[in-house]
Amino acid sequence: MAMTAGNRLVRGGGGHAERTGALTEPRLVRWLLLGITFAFLGFFLFVPLLLVFVKALENGVDAYWAAVNEPIALAAVRRTLLTAVIAVPLNLLFGLAAAWAIAKFRFPGKQLLITLIDLPFSVSPVISGMVFVLLFGAQGYLGHWLQANEVKIIFAVPGIVLATIFVTSPLVARELIPLMQSQGNDEEEAALTLGASGWQMFRRVSLPKIRWGLLYGVVLTNARAMGEFGAVSVVSGHIRGVTTTLPLHVEILYNEYQFSAAFAAASLLTLLALITLGIKSAIEWRTAR
Amino acid sequence: MVETADQKVPKRRSAELPAPLPVSLRSGGRQGRRGGSVLPGFGLSLGFAVLYLSLIILIPLSTVFLKTATLTWEAFWQTVTSPRTLAAYRLSLWASFAAAAVNLVFGVLLAWVLERYRFPGKRLIDAMVDLPFALPTAVAGIALATVYAQNGWLGEWLVPMGINVAYTPLGVVVALTFIGLPFVVRTVQPVLADLDPEVEEAAASLGASRLQIVRKVILPELVPAAVTGFVLAFARALGEYGSVIFIAGNMPMKSEITPLLIMIKLEQFDYAGATAVAMVFLMASFSLLLVINFLAWRRNRNLRAAETE
Repeated sequence: MAMTAGNRLVRGGGGHAERTGALTEPRLVRWLLLGITFAFLGFFLFVPLLLVFVKALENGVDAYWAAVNEPIALAAVRRTLLTAVIAVPLNLLFGLAAAWAIAKFRFPGKQLLITLIDLPFSVSPVISGMVFVLLFGAQGYLGHWLQANEVKIIFAVPGIVLATIFVTSPLVARELIPLMQSQGNDEEEAALTLGASGWQMFRRVSLPKIRWGLLYGVVLTNARAMGEFGAVSVVSGHIRGVTTTLPLHVEILYNEYQFSAAFAAASLLTLLALITLGIKSAIEWRTAR
Repeated sequence: MVETADQKVPKRRSAELPAPLPVSLRSGGRQGRRGGSVLPGFGLSLGFAVLYLSLIILIPLSTVFLKTATLTWEAFWQTVTSPRTLAAYRLSLWASFAAAAVNLVFGVLLAWVLERYRFPGKRLIDAMVDLPFALPTAVAGIALATVYAQNGWLGEWLVPMGINVAYTPLGVVVALTFIGLPFVVRTVQPVLADLDPEVEEAAASLGASRLQIVRKVILPELVPAAVTGFVLAFARALGEYGSVIFIAGNMPMKSEITPLLIMIKLEQFDYAGATAVAMVFLMASFSLLLVINFLAWRRNRNLRAAETE
């Protein structure tokens, strides 16, 4: 019986439980596993992350500021913001509509619809950009018509926006569908029974229920929209100062060996990613309580 | 109920918490209830979603098939079996597989450490696992290329040891490993958190050693989730472009991945060639999507079985 005592879960203070005996690994093994984990994360995550900021500030704060506060860089930032301002609300509406239909109703073909929503993530970003070139490019299916009417989509901002919408379209729906499915319809049904209109029910009951999932979906869509590279690279044509977004600007500077300027621009995008993860953690912490 | 693990990191229920996993894997066993038809907005929401999906995703994507249909079989076959294309397919396949395999091992380890151990910085690391999902791929690409270059922070240690990462196929594997890092961790973590501690206690009281418990009791439980994570990481790696091109060296026949080959053909206005290469690649991606859906279906079936027990 001495063994079972040694294998008990011994509760520590504050609700924590410490595993002992055969329910956890020997101390040495634990340290070893932690060491390997940290080494792996260091090699693949933390060292590259740190490097972005060190290289960005290599030549001092003034050089950093000069690299960021420069007409072509600012134009790239503006184009990136414009793309996100168009792509995020549209994908938000799509995500809300898709999640509402899928989570609240039964209909044939639902699994197919879920698969199609996730489809853009199974397509290489380069192919995601290519399809718009095949559609709207000079040799594309609508190319002649567009040229005749002097509408420019490929090698111009509309193409960048379309490719970005394509690539980021699943993100809001992805967050909302599982969330709404797990919540059920009881509150909505109660609101309707008490005489709320459909719109009132949605605004006062459904939206507050999903607000955190919705917020993370939007934040993530925004980060991915601002950071999209492959698809945007195909449709943009890399016309400097005209069709470069911030990630493309980073690529051009890097390929011209202007490393600290490239990393300065990259650090802006990295900050965006870190803020996104920060919001995600805050939301998880909130919902877990 | 005995509390089993450190509560500092919020427990993950795959259905409720955001993660870079597809909907099919997170929607759980529950489906919309029958009573749902009482709620308004079905026609509007489904109509809008289907219209949007058709305009933004399906019609553009169909151009790949339409364009392929205009190619002669000879031209198509010649493009996709040319040595350069085959080399690109081969590299994309094996590098993605290798990266997913690395992530399989370290993903399970990372999930284990995050669920079972207490250490400073745990919340930070748990959050940072999703970094590859949020960080623009071009930024990851230039950072990895600089770190592993000959005079880079890690490169200057590795190169004298004979390990050349940057501008080699190994660099491709490193970039793809970075990109696929979240998947195995996020599929395995909830399974590990849900594991009933009594099973381990029972095994221990029957005299099993720790190693036996881990090997024969815990790891078999993790296999389905780990396999799902592996397939997701593999699928993600296959299409990746941004993070790879900076570190790969991009030499035709040697370190040129398939998405880059498509890109090069597009830049040369060889749309027929690009489409042919892309078509085969899309078929591979869609097959993987079917595998993922099958894994999700099996998981949801098991979940439903567990719920009705």
